[in-house]
Amino acid sequence: MIKNISNLGDAALYCDFGNAVNKEINSNVIKYFKSLQKNKIPGITNITPSYNKLIISFDLENIKYEQLKSEILKIEISKLEAQEKKNVQIPVCTDEEFCLDTERLSKKLGLDTSKILESFFNKNYFCYMTGFIAGMPFLGDVDEKIRLKRLETPRVKVPKGSIGITEQFANIYTFESPGGWNIIGNTPIKIFDKLKQDNPLKINPGDTVKFYKITKSEYLNWNE
Amino acid sequence: MNKAFFEILRPGINSTLQDEGRFNQYHIGLPFSGAMDKRNYLIGNHLVDNKSNTASLEFAYQGPLLKLKFGKVTAVITGDVKFQIIRGNSKIEEGICYKTFNLNDDDQIDIISTNKSVYGYLSVQKGFSGDYFWGSCSVHTKSEVGSNNGKKYSDKEKIFLNQSNNDFCSKKIDYFNSKIEFIRVLKGTNFDYFSDKSKEDFFSKQFTITKLTDRMGMRLKGPKIENKVDTNIKSEGLIKGVIQVPPDGDPIIMFSDHGTIGGYPKIGVVISADYDKLVQLTPGNTIKFKFIELNEAENLFKFYNLETKNTLNQIR
Repeated sequence: MIKNISNLGDAALYCDFGNAVNKEINSNVIKYFKSLQKNKIPGITNITPSYNKLIISFDLENIKYEQLKSEILKIEISKLEAQEKKNVQIPVCTDEEFCLDTERLSKKLGLDTSKILESFFNKNYFCYMTGFIAGMPFLGDVDEKIRLKRLETPRVKVPKGSIGITEQFANIYTFESPGGWNIIGNTPIKIFDKLKQDNPLKINPGDTVKFYKITKSEYLNWNE
Repeated sequence: MNKAFFEILRPGINSTLQDEGRFNQYHIGLPFSGAMDKRNYLIGNHLVDNKSNTASLEFAYQGPLLKLKFGKVTAVITGDVKFQIIRGNSKIEEGICYKTFNLNDDDQIDIISTNKSVYGYLSVQKGFSGDYFWGSCSVHTKSEVGSNNGKKYSDKEKIFLNQSNNDFCSKKIDYFNSKIEFIRVLKGTNFDYFSDKSKEDFFSKQFTITKLTDRMGMRLKGPKIENKVDTNIKSEGLIKGVIQVPPDGDPIIMFSDHGTIGGYPKIGVVISADYDKLVQLTPGNTIKFKFIELNEAENLFKFYNLETKNTLNQIR
């Protein structure tokens, strides 16, 4: 499972699960994450799961690297939490004003915009991780036909709710933010709700996500 | 009875409530935030008899002009700060950092500026009344979380105090904010992505702090750091102090409000003991990085921590 543990600075552990990005490796990362969340080891101040890494920061006043490393190595794999999974439906409006990059994608890929959107909406996505900005989900995998790199010059402001794709991944801009992903639509729903402090995220690592199309008037009249 | 508050007559450049920060929320995309210069924040709270985790008003460069309404309170300013107290009768008193002062109804504090440093703290007895999210009222503007709807203060807003005080207190300490030239770092997890020349440059040449520096991070200019493996990695978690090198070769150091995930290779990580002093350096200053090993970093943190405790114990 964990291939190697090293230090990231003097107050964090860097757990490496390998270099590949796939559901199997990511599910292992999430299992460790959930298990650590449940069985609190004193001194841990943050745990960040990502595609294939788990970073554990700690309070240097309470624990040191070597000590925590041996604690982590003691975790029994058989006792790791099984993942709870949820299916989340996300409405998306692909009206012209929200599709900032669909035309560009169409030219670069040599595909009709309708084909691009069709293959985007056809897939079920897996949530590998959340973060960068609050609640932003990193989803995969995008159909090989519509994979493209990010913009060469990132936008200074990507509108809140934007749905972006880049390479094998899709994401949702939960807040207005700078960013370089190819924007193909916008969702009216709140992905991060700070007033729900127990569960502020609509999409959590391990969940599956299905996007579905809504009209402009449904978008404008959306009521959660 | 009306609750005591400061009326903001001038907000300053970046005035926010901050405490020790928000823990265990990296996985949903929220960084620690919290006071940038933790030692000065702690000294401030201790001078006015507060618990360590009491919210203070953090300001950067030009601070706010505040008028106290409906109350009185003991306050103190920590950091290297030029300020004055304008009494209700218009009499002006020169402000002295690290020495408490008492404010009455209609008195004003004019926090003019920090001196050759970035952050300063206004702490009041019993603290400010903040809005708590995940155990902290620290403002993180990027995700609109924390007090004041997660925004920095603007004109005419009010900052409420937890309590108007009838018992003023009087404490002070002599404290000197020493400057730092060498920032000590540990090797980052992608150290070997960089060319031999760049590795050497990184630990021998000077870097200049640019204006693109804020609570999220510090951008540096210096010799270009050349990547010979890949300018992107698969996005993974970040922590404060991480030094990332984007494709343009100019290092960025992650600060308290950083994005929780990043995809640029990490050349190094600033040691915990040097963070408070690093964040106080202003654009135009130069720094050099010094490579050390993990056990040295741990010892330096122990020393830093002891020094902080000794300082707090000297408060009279």
